[in-house]
Amino acid sequence: MNILYDERVDGALPKVDKAALLAELQRTLPDLEILHRGEDLKPYECDGLSAYRTTPMLVVLPERVEQVETLLKLCHRRGVPVVARGAGTGLSGGALPLEQGILLVMARFNKILEVDPAGRFARVQPGVRNLAISQAAAPHELYYAPDPSSQIACSIGGNVAENAGGVHCLKYGLTVHNLLKVEILTVEGERMTLGSDALDSPGFDLLALFTGSEGMLGIVTEVTVKLLPKPQVAKVLLAAFDSVEKAGRAVGDIIAAGIIPGGLEMMDNLSIRAAEDFIHAGYPVDAEAILLCELDGVEADVHDDCARVSEVLKLAGATEVRLARDEAERVRFWAGRKNAFPAVGRISPDYYCMDGTIPRRELPGVLKGIADLSEQFGLRVANVFHAGDGNMHPLILFDANQPGELERAEELGGKILELCVEVGGSITGEHGVGREKINQMCAQFNSDELTLFHAVKAAFDPSGLLNPGKNIPTLHRCAEFGRMHIHNGQLPFPELERF
Amino acid sequence: MSVIANDASAQLLDQVNQALAANTPLRIQGSGSKAFLGRAAEGQLLDVREHRGIVSYDPTELVVSVRAGTPLAELEAALDAAGQMLPCEPPHFGEGATVGGMIAAGLSGPRRPWSGSVRDFVLGTRIITGQGKHLRFGGEVMKNVAGYDLSRLMAGSFGCLGVLTEVSLKVLPKPRQCSSLRLEIDLERALLKLAEWGQQPIPISAASHDGQFLNLRLEGGEGSVNAARERIGGEDLDPGYWNELREQRLAFFADARPLWRLSLPNNTPAVALPGEQLVDWAGAQRWLKSDADAAGIRAIAAEVGGHATCFTAGAAEPFQPLSAPLLRYHRQLKAALDPQGIFNPGRMYPEV
Repeated sequence: MNILYDERVDGALPKVDKAALLAELQRTLPDLEILHRGEDLKPYECDGLSAYRTTPMLVVLPERVEQVETLLKLCHRRGVPVVARGAGTGLSGGALPLEQGILLVMARFNKILEVDPAGRFARVQPGVRNLAISQAAAPHELYYAPDPSSQIACSIGGNVAENAGGVHCLKYGLTVHNLLKVEILTVEGERMTLGSDALDSPGFDLLALFTGSEGMLGIVTEVTVKLLPKPQVAKVLLAAFDSVEKAGRAVGDIIAAGIIPGGLEMMDNLSIRAAEDFIHAGYPVDAEAILLCELDGVEADVHDDCARVSEVLKLAGATEVRLARDEAERVRFWAGRKNAFPAVGRISPDYYCMDGTIPRRELPGVLKGIADLSEQFGLRVANVFHAGDGNMHPLILFDANQPGELERAEELGGKILELCVEVGGSITGEHGVGREKINQMCAQFNSDELTLFHAVKAAFDPSGLLNPGKNIPTLHRCAEFGRMHIHNGQLPFPELERF
Repeated sequence: MSVIANDASAQLLDQVNQALAANTPLRIQGSGSKAFLGRAAEGQLLDVREHRGIVSYDPTELVVSVRAGTPLAELEAALDAAGQMLPCEPPHFGEGATVGGMIAAGLSGPRRPWSGSVRDFVLGTRIITGQGKHLRFGGEVMKNVAGYDLSRLMAGSFGCLGVLTEVSLKVLPKPRQCSSLRLEIDLERALLKLAEWGQQPIPISAASHDGQFLNLRLEGGEGSVNAARERIGGEDLDPGYWNELREQRLAFFADARPLWRLSLPNNTPAVALPGEQLVDWAGAQRWLKSDADAAGIRAIAAEVGGHATCFTAGAAEPFQPLSAPLLRYHRQLKAALDPQGIFNPGRMYPEV
């Protein structure tokens, strides 16, 4: 079922008169850069989910909060949908534009306003790149912990919108755990502060609610993040296993030993081979699975933990355990993992990255299920896994030039996510729902839960102008999706009429 | 300690639906250990304590799912038996304190600035909503960004947004080594020291100043704790101190004047306050015993970028008043989750 906005199931969008809107914008905001010609709009027709494209009606590139404020007030008055976009690296189509809407690009808000080493925070504009914050904090031996793999390019505003994660979440948390305060503009163009410079703020925890709300509740105009002291040392162990089950059990054993690694990653054989061919990281290509375990902190503790984890890994049946001898080898071990996606890109014309999470104990069963689905759909799947926090990134290999393969890949991906939900997991750990997983939301939540989500949205944006169609499916979409997808003979949403 | 398990969710749902039908406000309560905090809610008592027990706990997953009426002490004992803990160290304020009350009040103990708050450890919840439905949000996994984060929103919402029936929490292994110490230095110097140490990888997990001593706790591996202890020096402190601080049983708290909590930004210097103060959270939380009026105390907190809460029952406005736009969205959010306004009406603010 197509994920592009479909008014039949996603709800009618307001009809917007482009010429009149453009004229009013130019008159009201003469110094705002507005793109409105076809060739100028083209670069903005998709985000990181590039298989889906929609040309926005207009693209605006503000540089000052006052411009965004005026723009939102104007759009609110005229009933114009607004889709916010940061760096456009999101993988779930959260910034996919609308033909009947404005794409609000926040990328020019790229100033670091303040780094306070003694207060351990940084106050930045939303278009600042994730990595740039850590770079600005580096002279003080501090850093910003969440490190999504796109951290060179992705913006902090987008990180807030998606509650971005990374490879160090188990120990250092997600974006939501590393924020102090965000300044937002409501759909009506009203300024509001969520959180505070202190560790808490009065009232409901709207900062937690906003984090990960995918631009549906307001527009982020400033972010204050927490900074942490850089760990003194980081060491990486690489362990090889002759079965993924053993590798999965080893992860539980490490935790049971009372150790929380900074990073704990698993790769299956297809990923290992692809990464080794590409990066020459020194991975054992005959292993069925490898674990990369990073231990960071104060030197004495890391030294002890390395010895403990080595022992645990050996007892868990590792065929080989290697400690990166030096920083160069540590970086090489990580390079293989961090380049797993492009490495897989070399062995397949296209790949589709999934983002389900599961309780770790379910790993063997889920991997078996994925292998069965892979065979059934005739598409290879490489598995890369944030093993510490149960976040799987199965990569489905396909060739978009072969008719029907993209559709098959998407259907296979959908089945994998539903498998994650069945074992008590989630359809998305860190990439967000956006448009990509809009149908799978119907598998994770029932109609009452979705209805409550819509009520929360309406509390902040009653006219539904902020990023319409993202994150929460309409019940009609779920009914339509359910019609195509009867699970265990039970029709989901039996109370709804089908059309 | 064995944990008594009983699923009373059907009865709770019934009671909520009856209240909805009769339009009767409900006063949601566990043991009442935190009833002193916030405004008094009017309404028929909804006691959640029958709905209790650990639903699932697998230490290697670092997740526990527990019913709201479970005594906090029983949960902590079960975690302790597996060598794990609630890192946010929630205060009990009474023997019968429940897990539901811990989430609703959202209060964290001395480890909070380093470990995170109660809300930081919430992974999922089950809630009876104002539509009379028993729904599930979030889950039992560390990373989950599907839908709006209604689970973390429940922490600190004082039952105003629904009846919490179950919560899934992230838990962590207990540290291998702990060391508590005290140094005799004044508050100004202590705060400067803490700001300096905060920028270094020193395993501090609690820091308070009582007017005379800087009290510190170090937690982590043997190597880092022993090295830090050697470097900082000081004299041994009974580790029971942190419990007394968390439960407000130190002599400081016995003072008859109202108790205020000031939440201030990191690295706020010493602030002259109209009364006795006890500094916790390395300066980010300051307790004040004072007869001064609310407006005056709040003005001092606001001046340095913080806010103040009255921790003694009976205050007209225990929580810092909200800005006009924030209050409007609080009301709209309340109306979305509790359209008839039956859950703990007025517990936080008269309008919510």
